Amino acid sequence: MISTALTDLWYGFGVALEPHNIMWCFIGVLVGNMVGVLPGMGPLATISILLPLTFGIKPVGAILMLAGVMYGAQYGGAICSILLNLPCHPPHAVTCLDGFPLTKQGKGGVALGLTVICSFVGASWGITEMIFLAPVLVEVALQFGPAEICSLMLLGLLAGSTLARGSPVKGVAMTVLGLMLGIVGTDLETGAERFTFGMTHLDDGIELIALALGLFGIAEFMNSVNQVSLVNAKYAKVRLRDMRPSKAEIKRSIGPMFRGTIIGSLCALIPGTGPTIASFVAYATEKKISKTPEKFGTGMIEGVVCPETATHSSVQGDFIPTMSLGIPGDAVMALLLGALMIQGIVPGPQLIKEHPDIFWGLVASFWIGNIMLVLLNVPLIGIWVKLLTIPYKYLFPSAMFFVCIGVYAANNDMFQVGETVVIGILGYILLRLGFHPAPILLGFVLGPRFEENFRRAMLISRGDLAVFVERPISAVFVFLCVLLIGLQVYVRLRGTKPPIEVPTGLESMESAE
Amino acid sequence: MEENLRTHQHRARIHALGHGLLRKRDFYAGALMILFGLVMALKGPGYRTGTLMHMGPGFLPTALGVILVGLGIAIAASATTAAEGEDEGILPEHPEWWGWACILASPLAFILFGTFGGLIPATFMCVFVAAMGDRTATLKGSAVLSSIITFFGVGLFHYVLQVPMPILTWRGM
Repeated sequence: MISTALTDLWYGFGVALEPHNIMWCFIGVLVGNMVGVLPGMGPLATISILLPLTFGIKPVGAILMLAGVMYGAQYGGAICSILLNLPCHPPHAVTCLDGFPLTKQGKGGVALGLTVICSFVGASWGITEMIFLAPVLVEVALQFGPAEICSLMLLGLLAGSTLARGSPVKGVAMTVLGLMLGIVGTDLETGAERFTFGMTHLDDGIELIALALGLFGIAEFMNSVNQVSLVNAKYAKVRLRDMRPSKAEIKRSIGPMFRGTIIGSLCALIPGTGPTIASFVAYATEKKISKTPEKFGTGMIEGVVCPETATHSSVQGDFIPTMSLGIPGDAVMALLLGALMIQGIVPGPQLIKEHPDIFWGLVASFWIGNIMLVLLNVPLIGIWVKLLTIPYKYLFPSAMFFVCIGVYAANNDMFQVGETVVIGILGYILLRLGFHPAPILLGFVLGPRFEENFRRAMLISRGDLAVFVERPISAVFVFLCVLLIGLQVYVRLRGTKPPIEVPTGLESMESAE
Repeated sequence: MEENLRTHQHRARIHALGHGLLRKRDFYAGALMILFGLVMALKGPGYRTGTLMHMGPGFLPTALGVILVGLGIAIAASATTAAEGEDEGILPEHPEWWGWACILASPLAFILFGTFGGLIPATFMCVFVAAMGDRTATLKGSAVLSSIITFFGVGLFHYVLQVPMPILTWRGM
């Protein structure tokens, strides 16, 4: 098994090292990092805005570029939170706690340098996990019938919506709303036009780009316009030589890095617990086992290293269900999966077999991309720091242009730009009503496949709903769903809040996920 | 005495319930979900629901609609238990009507100028209108920003990515 994995990986490196692929990967990392550094631009907004740039590229190049954008943006967010105390992305909220004090002490460079290293370590472990676990999962998943796929999707949807932040009921409501939005358009099986309200433009359904950019672009700008205070870049002066950590600092970080990796990969394996939870757990663990827990929050290197490693290892691990089962764990993965679908590739267990170039190329490009990330960030840190100080008033109008042209370029259709405006308004209303719009994307991407498999399962079982509990694998998934809901209800009734506390400063950025 | 106090508290709570509910964010959140659910559940059967074995196109929408109505009721009900004095405003403390209008008008400007004038005017107006949404924006500053974005944007999207949209026409498309 190990030898086949290595052969496949070797093949993957062959794909990823093709000149044009390596170029797309590089562009993705560079642009993702650049946009991700900008205050207020989380990975979701960054990927949505940059998604249209990949339309003209072949599927392999496109997905490599988008993956590059994703971890570039992730690292950019870390820079933002360490130097400015601004968590653009929820997993980085805990990084601020010790990262910013370090910056105040003039050690921001060291923290950034260590973050580069630990993102590489965490990601490497996640990639290794992916190489060995994904083919195994595929073997299992290929045996699944429509009933199993259905209940697995149900589990994915439930986990994605209830374990994210905010009220679980609201999360589920958002997922259902997403499923509904996925229904709009022509029904594949019968050709009936559903919820198009007589508009022929809606026959092909709501465009993923329009949805993503409406929710994470326009709604987000409406939320932040005139609310973002001038960034305090007083401490954000980092030079290249500040970034090299001393031997003692490296020694101090090895332990946390190791623990962070483990926590991150464990969180990735439990569906629904993405990088945010991983980083919070990592920080709490590190604080608990530290000999000087009272010093946390005043600039402990461990408090930066451990959560950052956990985040990266968990993000990488999230790719496993996404690529091998076609079931994304969070909105970022849903967006990547949507991008694959735009390229005409059907996600699911057959993906690795049918498109080995995509899967193994992607795996190999993770390593290449992460090395690029290290190489890029060391010399360019000065430029990133300058980018941090770009005022929001220049940022969001420029982003608006990218939103408009991006949606237009998807199908050369002005109608969809209007669609984005409507979705933006809806998204903002939902934000104000205390909903987190991220699960909408999850439901939207999975919706059509869920319906198709549900129909098929019902046809095979002659309309007997018991099929979901009669087939053993499906029964396990259904049981897990029930367990999940039961736990949520239990937590609710006991009146205890989930152990994840939201640190101050995150509230305003909450929707940025 | 104690009994009296309790009934008093009870009455006060009921009083607060009636008045407070309409100011609760969750109440409206639930109401909105119920509305969406009803639209789906009522319009769904019109597409033919079929039977479980042979599902019609209306089956899932109807089912989802019913589920969403249920979730909406649960959300609205949770508004009664939410603690007093939390941030329950639906509008933010300082509503940014002008900023919101500018952000929403910006894509509309893109559509309008894009349909009738091409990529250059569309880009310029899109950025310009959005830029005016900031409280400290000036006409000159916004114009400069829009020109820069137009220059690079047209370069990137027309020449590099070759988005099929005329650069400058009159009533073209």
